[in-house]
Amino acid sequence: MSLLDVSNAFVRFDGVTAVNDVSFSLDDGEFVGLIGPNGAGKTTLLKVISGVLPPGGGRVVLNGQDVSDKPPFVRARAGLGLSHQIVRPFRSMTPVDNVALAAGATETRNPLKALARTDRTAARARARELLDLVGIGDAAEADPSNLPLGYLKRLEVARALALEPKLLLLDEPLAGLNHVEAGRLADTVTAINGQGTTVLLIEHNLSEVMRICRRLLVLDQGRLIADGAPQTVMSDARVRAAYLGESTEDADAAA
Amino acid sequence: MGAYELSLLTLIGINVMLALSLNLITGFCGQISLGHAAFYGVGAYTGAMLTTSGQPFLLALVVAALFAAVAGVIVGLASLRVREDFLAITTMGVGFLFLGVVRQQEWLGGELGISQIPETGLGDGGFIMLVVGATALVFAASVYLKRTWMGFAFDSIADDEDTARTVGIDVARYKLTAFAFGTAIAGIAGCLYAHYARIIVPDAFGFTVSITILAMVVVGGIGSTIGVTIAAVVLTLMPELFRFVNDYKLLLYGGLLLLTMRYSPQGFAGLVRQAAAKARSKSEATP
Repeated sequence: MSLLDVSNAFVRFDGVTAVNDVSFSLDDGEFVGLIGPNGAGKTTLLKVISGVLPPGGGRVVLNGQDVSDKPPFVRARAGLGLSHQIVRPFRSMTPVDNVALAAGATETRNPLKALARTDRTAARARARELLDLVGIGDAAEADPSNLPLGYLKRLEVARALALEPKLLLLDEPLAGLNHVEAGRLADTVTAINGQGTTVLLIEHNLSEVMRICRRLLVLDQGRLIADGAPQTVMSDARVRAAYLGESTEDADAAA
Repeated sequence: MGAYELSLLTLIGINVMLALSLNLITGFCGQISLGHAAFYGVGAYTGAMLTTSGQPFLLALVVAALFAAVAGVIVGLASLRVREDFLAITTMGVGFLFLGVVRQQEWLGGELGISQIPETGLGDGGFIMLVVGATALVFAASVYLKRTWMGFAFDSIADDEDTARTVGIDVARYKLTAFAFGTAIAGIAGCLYAHYARIIVPDAFGFTVSITILAMVVVGGIGSTIGVTIAAVVLTLMPELFRFVNDYKLLLYGGLLLLTMRYSPQGFAGLVRQAAAKARSKSEATP
């Protein structure tokens, strides 16, 4: 059964077409890598799926529900977890509270019910498990502003996992991690996928991508140019051309 | 206590309630408001109009809270569209709008306001008990709210509302709730003030009053219930205790705002936290 259907997604920023008529589906339980040169529109496409960015056109159907014009919080409740490329911890909170807030999503669903509830024990316990799972349990009570990027990247992943998502969107979670940490987090994500969570991963670390992903989507200049098994995709002439012709100065690289 | 002290106590209670009500919106939920006095005014005018037309005081108090909350939710809707400095200017505009409208309305007494507001029927002692009780209740509710999941969600919105959305927080509903609660309390404070002063004029709810309330929140420490309460008490007492301060009240409040924002953005509460952390690390360092 398909968990996510993106059809004809289209995004345009002041004259630059960042995502151009992209359509694809993810089946329940898949582990898919989304790759492409800098500025190909990967992050933009992820933002369209999570609802952070209103698309210029197209449809997003999540778990059978058309969420095309739904705000991000509705999509989060419908089973979508997102870890940002540019880390955004809640800086007034410790990592454990960052994750506990997401783990308690049912508590915050209705503001008036949230007013009647004070107990954070269960959510904090769950948060500690998740911080341990991604390997940053030692920083549970630290000030996020003093943590290195590798920690904050994993905090993003833990916070996304706390929502118990059906679909996990990860935007370069391995950046800023050393070789050992990256391998370990990749294994963790694989294990989570093994428990049934569908994963869509943007990652520049190609060796990890080739190791863990079962399917690859390749974007180039906003267009989906390949979709299939990793080995097949990587031997595709267009994909090779896109990568060899890779330039780092694309205007929307950071978008 | 003499009559003067009791009157001062009432004024302190009203200002503490006002400051805590703004702290709920600006401190807890992170939504700046430069027009908070307008909701104080809505409460005062609503309460005064009702009791002068013969309605019982307690009913007036409830309706004042309700009207102020409705006005608050309407302004809160603006907070869904605009953020930070734009919200500051929008709420400032709302404050001036309130004054502009009230001044022109004959049925609200125009520039002269409303006088001969009747007694509450509770007696002087009863009224003071009511104010002190309401202040204590607002304080306790503030402390409690901060500990609830609602307070937790407010923290995340004040911090980064876009990220809050991605973890399933319905930011719009939480913001409107913060505005509704905060402005309802301001409405109650306004109704109490009207029946304390027994006469109200539009200027009692002007821009300088909004800034005074904001000064209490900022100087005390944005988001800190205890800090804001202390600041509200001190800033209410100062002009009363020292006459010369009264003459330079705005200068003092403006100066305090400036100094706080420049040297201790976390306000008085932040200074205490820093000092406590310093003391802790010192005692840990010395065996």
